[in-house]
Amino acid sequence: MTTPLSIIIVETDRTRAQLIVDSLKDAGAFDISVISDPTGLARQIQARNPDVVLIDIENPSRDTMEELALASGPLDRPVAMFVDRSDEGLSSAAIEAGVSAYIVDGLQSQRVKPIIDAAIARFRMFQRMRTELAETKKALEERKVIDRAKGMMMRARGISEDEAYALLRKTAMDQGKRVADVAQALVTAAGLLS
Amino acid sequence: MSLASVSIGYIPLVDAAPLIVAQEMGFASEEGLSLDLRRAPSWSSVRDMLAFGQVDAAHMLSPVPVATALGLGGAGAKFSAISVLSMNGNVIGVSSELAARLRGVGHDFGFSDAFKAGRALIEAKTERLRIGVPFPFSMHAELLYYWLSALGLPAPQSVDIRTVPPPLMAAAIEAGEIDAFCVGEPWGSQAVDNGVGELLLPCSAIWSAAPEKVLAVRSDWVEHESSLTGRLIRSLWRAGRWLGNPDSRTLASELLSRPEYLNLPSEILDHALTGNLVISPAGAQRHVEGFVEFFHGAATFPWRSQAEWIGAQLAARTGLDRDAARKASRAVFRSDLYRQALASTSADLPGASSKLEGALEVPTPVSSPSGRLILGRNQFFDGRIFEPLKD
Repeated sequence: MTTPLSIIIVETDRTRAQLIVDSLKDAGAFDISVISDPTGLARQIQARNPDVVLIDIENPSRDTMEELALASGPLDRPVAMFVDRSDEGLSSAAIEAGVSAYIVDGLQSQRVKPIIDAAIARFRMFQRMRTELAETKKALEERKVIDRAKGMMMRARGISEDEAYALLRKTAMDQGKRVADVAQALVTAAGLLS
Repeated sequence: MSLASVSIGYIPLVDAAPLIVAQEMGFASEEGLSLDLRRAPSWSSVRDMLAFGQVDAAHMLSPVPVATALGLGGAGAKFSAISVLSMNGNVIGVSSELAARLRGVGHDFGFSDAFKAGRALIEAKTERLRIGVPFPFSMHAELLYYWLSALGLPAPQSVDIRTVPPPLMAAAIEAGEIDAFCVGEPWGSQAVDNGVGELLLPCSAIWSAAPEKVLAVRSDWVEHESSLTGRLIRSLWRAGRWLGNPDSRTLASELLSRPEYLNLPSEILDHALTGNLVISPAGAQRHVEGFVEFFHGAATFPWRSQAEWIGAQLAARTGLDRDAARKASRAVFRSDLYRQALASTSADLPGASSKLEGALEVPTPVSSPSGRLILGRNQFFDGRIFEPLKD
């Protein structure tokens, strides 16, 4: 029986870190720890000497990891980015999902694959949540602008809310634009003229 | 005509200006291009986005494609630098505490003499210096190694050069994690603005003509997309020419300051674009002529000798075979593609693709088709001259 691989997760958000830990536990027996404070990241990692490091691609501290790829003293274990050695499909899937994995040189890829697979699945979920949040925010913003545009038209032309919306929609269709864009143009123009 | 979309990864820095200007001022659309500019969180992610084809091109630290060619870091994809984007533009700064010690040994913060500043720094330090740089493969790191080694402080052996992401540099100085830093603008000005550090020297005082950022693409992309490559080089050259005109500065800093780009007040971006830097929280100012250069003196010409200098430095500190490294490096800067792309324009290009680095004490005319090309001063602070291999 080989010793379980040690994994470090670099993540400042505790909830997210816990979710990643949970998915890794489902994928096998590993020795997992979390670094939540990125100061002196390279030293913290060197001190713990892990087999695998997982870090969000959006995390600017990722650049610090590159230093470890150069540690080449006789006792240092060079850390390579996963993409360096193993099959390319997996590494580009990881990059697309938004996770970068650094593994110690010479580790067999079949031992690492379950870890990366689990991390990819988890980070894809994070990404979906991020996109959904951004979309919801945008939709809310657009609703606000459309409401303001409707209000202006109602006052200026003495029409009902439904009529105002119908007019916005017709203009948008005629010009091949989105209703939200026409509304925004109206609000901007009104701002300039008042 | 519908525009061809080219996706480009970039880091929000003042020297991303040519990309932003090419898109916003219409230089890209003149060439039938629409630039899809994607802001990236770190240099390693820009490099990986390019390696895995998530973007077509990338704003890159000039040593990154060279390091990749030498097998240092990265995923193994080969990159070509098809244009330099800017020369110089970095600053070296110190913590308030170290600044006080520098004054203690009589340093005047003249902000121009790399000998004086370096000797004072070595004299003022009480223990091993810890200096933050944005990335292990960067002009910042190379110039620090060059400077300190030449002054008798062998680097990297006797200093700690640490990678600190620029947005965290001010925090690292404040927390006492590092004693000094070397970064691109606006991060140096930001540290002064936050009152945590003072600026000691512009990196141009170490090498007056250092290629800072390049536009990199995958080498196989160049083979398949020769038309896009040419159009990209031309639109960036025109953007650089526009940026080289002092009248453009106000508009340039307005464009850069927008929330979708750098998202910072335009006043702080003005420092770099005008070369009027505020070097201390007390408000002392210094002017640096050509602090960051986007155009004059063929600033964006990708000289083979520049790549070779970078390769020679990297080889020396990582123990690679120097001759092999120099040969592999020079092939990364594609002066051939740059020349080809600009042949149809009014650009006055140098006759040679390689030059002695560090051999111009004053701006000097060089051979070019129109005979009007003047290269700017190109000097290392210690007067050394770097001779490239023969073509």
